[in-house]
Amino acid sequence: MKKSLPFILVLLAIIMIGGCMSCSIQRSLVGLDEDVKAKWSQVQNQYQRRYDLIDNLVNTVKGAANFEKSTLTDVINARSKATSITLNAEDLSPEKLQEFQAAQGQLTQALGKLMVVNEAYPELKSNANFLKLQDELAGTENRIAVERKNYNESVQAYNVKTRIFPNNIFAGLLGFKVRGTFEADAAAQKAPSVKF
Amino acid sequence: MRTIINKYYFAFFLFAAAMSNMFSLAFAADKDFPSLPNPPRLVNDLAGFMSSQEQASLEQKLVAYSDSTSNEIAIVTVQSIGQYDISDYTVQLFNKWKIGGKKNNNGLLIVASKEERKIWISTGYGLEGALPDGLIGQIIRDEIEPNFKQGNFYAGFEAGTNALMEAARGEYTAEPKTQHKKGAGVGTAVFIIIIILIFLSASRGGGAGGGGLLNNAGWIAASMLSNRSYGSDWGGGSSSGGGGFGGFGGGSSGGGGAGGSW
Repeated sequence: MKKSLPFILVLLAIIMIGGCMSCSIQRSLVGLDEDVKAKWSQVQNQYQRRYDLIDNLVNTVKGAANFEKSTLTDVINARSKATSITLNAEDLSPEKLQEFQAAQGQLTQALGKLMVVNEAYPELKSNANFLKLQDELAGTENRIAVERKNYNESVQAYNVKTRIFPNNIFAGLLGFKVRGTFEADAAAQKAPSVKF
Repeated sequence: MRTIINKYYFAFFLFAAAMSNMFSLAFAADKDFPSLPNPPRLVNDLAGFMSSQEQASLEQKLVAYSDSTSNEIAIVTVQSIGQYDISDYTVQLFNKWKIGGKKNNNGLLIVASKEERKIWISTGYGLEGALPDGLIGQIIRDEIEPNFKQGNFYAGFEAGTNALMEAARGEYTAEPKTQHKKGAGVGTAVFIIIIILIFLSASRGGGAGGGGLLNNAGWIAASMLSNRSYGSDWGGGSSSGGGGFGGFGGGSSGGGGAGGSW
């Protein structure tokens, strides 16, 4: 009995210290986690805005006489493929985010092609509605870039906090996982060349 | 022992070298963008698109507009945007200079680059509603590009800003009276304090002590008044003192806007 007393005391101390640490780590991680989620919803808003604009754009372009069908179909397909990959703020793992980014990148590329092809259609070039949509799309690409950057910064702060010792031990136990960031993919960066 | 110290020195030098490298990199990134004008100006024709009279007339118009609507429209011309995309460059400069009020984010930045012959107009978050990208694009196509193509840069900026100002008018209103109200508040407080001090000194029964207190009251009042005048010179952020522009108010852009080339 007497022998086990110091052992129990040490154990209690460890539990108390561990409890305190996990509490404070949990608290700071929750704050950072919420920030990541807020930033992610901003990213999603802008991608959603792009979907809506693409719908309008497709309808406008369809109206133009004998517009190259294959380019248009590519955009429609890429759009539906990108829409099928939805990503909740809860599971922003690096792999899932990469998948999401790839699908969006393909859509960006298809869109870029459409914008180049339309140069050959003077009918479109003088269509005020089309020109406005083109501006809105260019602005949206820009907004996406800004929100992606904000999201990346937020995730970086969160990831650092989850990975450093001793937080990494507790973060794992408390269910905080490392989150994915957007990579600067060359294809997607070059593609939104909405030509003026 | 000696070798250990040497090792430490070596590590320190490595560290210092790494740090200086980092700083120079950060500096290089900042060098791509013009630094905040001092004294603050709305029209920054760094690439010399316009004559100084034309710049002054634009500046005057935009300052008056900022005074009445609180919307801050800034113009920056640069020689070249380097490897940047014009839209990216404009948004980054917008957020470095923090154009527009902090609360309403009602700033607008027009960047024109001479070598690339490109223009981009970025909106702050708060002006995206009044100035959607499509409308900005239309203004660029209808008002700015035709003039720029003929080399009439001033006419382009003039017509473009007029159209932008018209579209964004009514979105926000400046609060010109707040500072006066604040001033009146401080003035009243000083007045009351003086009265109280005089009252106190009088009730003490006058004499040398009373005189000292009165002097104190005068000194306090004077220092408060001088503080007040400092406050109205430096504090106002977007509001201006004597006709000039008072400085950008801390706004940010989320990437909205449109552009073109000539």
